[in-house]
Amino acid sequence: MKETPLSNCERDFLLKAIEEKKRLDGRQTYDYRKIKIKFGTDYGCCFVDLGLTRVMAQVSGELVAPKESRPNEGIMFFNIELSPMAAPTFEQGRQSELSVKLNRQLERCLRNSKCIDTESLCVVSGEKVWQIRVDVHMLNHDGNLMDAASIAAITALCHFRRPDVSIQGDEVTVYSPEERDPIPLSIYHMPISVSFSFFQQGTYLLVDPCEREERVMDGLLMIAMNKHREICSIQSSGGIMLLKEQVMRCSKIASVKVSEITELVVKALENDKKARKAGEKCGFAESLPQERITALKVGKTPVEVMDVTEQANDIVQKAESCSLTVHTRVPSPLVPVPGVGQVGQGQQTTWGLEEEEEEEEEEEEVDEEEESDNSSEQDKKVTKMEEEDSRGDVVEISDSEEEEVVILHPETADKALKNTGSSFHQKGAAPSKQKRKK
Amino acid sequence: MEACNTSDVTLRAFGCEHNLLSRPDGSASFVQGDTSVYAAVYGPAEVKVSKEIYDRATLEVLIQPKVGLPSVRERSQEQCVRETCEASLLLSLHPRSSLTLVLQVLHDDGSLLSCFLNAACMALMDAGLPMSCLFCGVTCAISADGQIITDPTAAQEKESRALMTFAVDSRERKVLMSTTKGSFSVHELQQCIAVSQKASEKMFQFYRDSVKRRYSKNL
Repeated sequence: MKETPLSNCERDFLLKAIEEKKRLDGRQTYDYRKIKIKFGTDYGCCFVDLGLTRVMAQVSGELVAPKESRPNEGIMFFNIELSPMAAPTFEQGRQSELSVKLNRQLERCLRNSKCIDTESLCVVSGEKVWQIRVDVHMLNHDGNLMDAASIAAITALCHFRRPDVSIQGDEVTVYSPEERDPIPLSIYHMPISVSFSFFQQGTYLLVDPCEREERVMDGLLMIAMNKHREICSIQSSGGIMLLKEQVMRCSKIASVKVSEITELVVKALENDKKARKAGEKCGFAESLPQERITALKVGKTPVEVMDVTEQANDIVQKAESCSLTVHTRVPSPLVPVPGVGQVGQGQQTTWGLEEEEEEEEEEEEVDEEEESDNSSEQDKKVTKMEEEDSRGDVVEISDSEEEEVVILHPETADKALKNTGSSFHQKGAAPSKQKRKK
Repeated sequence: MEACNTSDVTLRAFGCEHNLLSRPDGSASFVQGDTSVYAAVYGPAEVKVSKEIYDRATLEVLIQPKVGLPSVRERSQEQCVRETCEASLLLSLHPRSSLTLVLQVLHDDGSLLSCFLNAACMALMDAGLPMSCLFCGVTCAISADGQIITDPTAAQEKESRALMTFAVDSRERKVLMSTTKGSFSVHELQQCIAVSQKASEKMFQFYRDSVKRRYSKNL
């Protein structure tokens, strides 16, 4: 689906509002939208709501052979899925410019910043390492996908537990969660991306742009930073020229935002840990809002199955009585002599045959009967073929396919071969013809 | 003929939320036990020329797995859902247009296909698309000792001898779609259909309640 274009009125209105330091949702210039972090039932599943933008991250682990250049390091793999659920413009299975850009930025933010100890993911050097795969699914696009994705990815990585592994000699054992407690990944720091949008060639700046603001902005600056105020990656796009002071100011704002968000993430992780320890039910099903008017949940419901058995019996009996009557009507198919192949010749055709043709066929059968004096069937066929050739009459003989095959290839070289083939046809067709005569 | 044991014929706790995503024209989440699914509907909208059908709308169903890219399994589920939706939607009212239904797995704990169907129906309702009837999905498993289990969990699915999913319509409780796995007798199949029809009553009552709740304040 194509994107609905933004009207000029809307564009002008948005820009004018930004000039007056006003935003559509009533935020101040440096305000973030409300961030909500939820966890799924299994480890490594995290949902992040950033205002109306909604993102899900799922981390999974798998044992693979390492890269040859780095035999004792685990592999990190990031995949941002711009699902068509998030916006109608996103297409499934196509690498759009945006998805490449987001993927690359997430890789730089999380892999290249070395926030995860990849060496601890090695099981057997050069043979087996853990591959940690992070799938980020966009569920609703209301601007600033990058920040939501980076929060979701790092939170999911912190939440993830990989199965315990032991090595005895050459044998590698992977334990299920019931046998041994799974192990969390070792994470050094938590880089979080903060986006700034610029308007009017960098005159105005907004933090956490929503979708409408993203559509009228001139440029975007993404800074990934951890709570120790170390910049992990910085990227400017959109082709605006920024002054040194502007970048410095952005990095200062980013450091404040990052420390706030980190606190929130740590708190969310702690709450989840406590809930899991206490044995409470957790996961998406539990986070369904109960108080909202659009949501409804009912408990375990029994289904009455009093007369199910009788009902089923009735239907089966009815069906059986029906099938019995049907069986009597269906004539049994013709079974050819063992070793004879047959395709689609179950029944005689009763339509499309005209009187003349039938007569002709009968004549032919008479011929055949005359010829049946001949010792072998093959010989018979050859003689018949020669007769046909000498007559040179093609159309008059018959309409049936077996005959046609014979006539269309009268070359002498492979006559013998063809004849054996056609004699088989004859055999197959013979019973049906005989039947018709009766 | 063995009588089916009625001890385990229950539906897990289930719930839904309407209109929870801002971008799609209709959206819903559906939860059955721990199995949870998001559904979003876009349309009727402009259709690609290659997919255009002159007398009805083109329905596209996309299923997004939680990890990795959609594979054959998802494709076959997509087809099941699409055929069910096509049977109940009045597509001829929107010729030369496109409908897109996107389903996202959030957690799979058994009965995933029936959860897809329920979420899809809720999302189609939320989008306000004209339908001839509603539909719901019910999964039945037959355990090794011949018991019928409705709405099985992943563990129950694994242990079962046969697994069947039916889509049932709301008007006459007829079967719109069925997909089965494993071996079973004709009698067991009929029993499962009968059980699903009974279970569908509960689902449709739930549909009714949730829509009633949603529009309770507008009246």
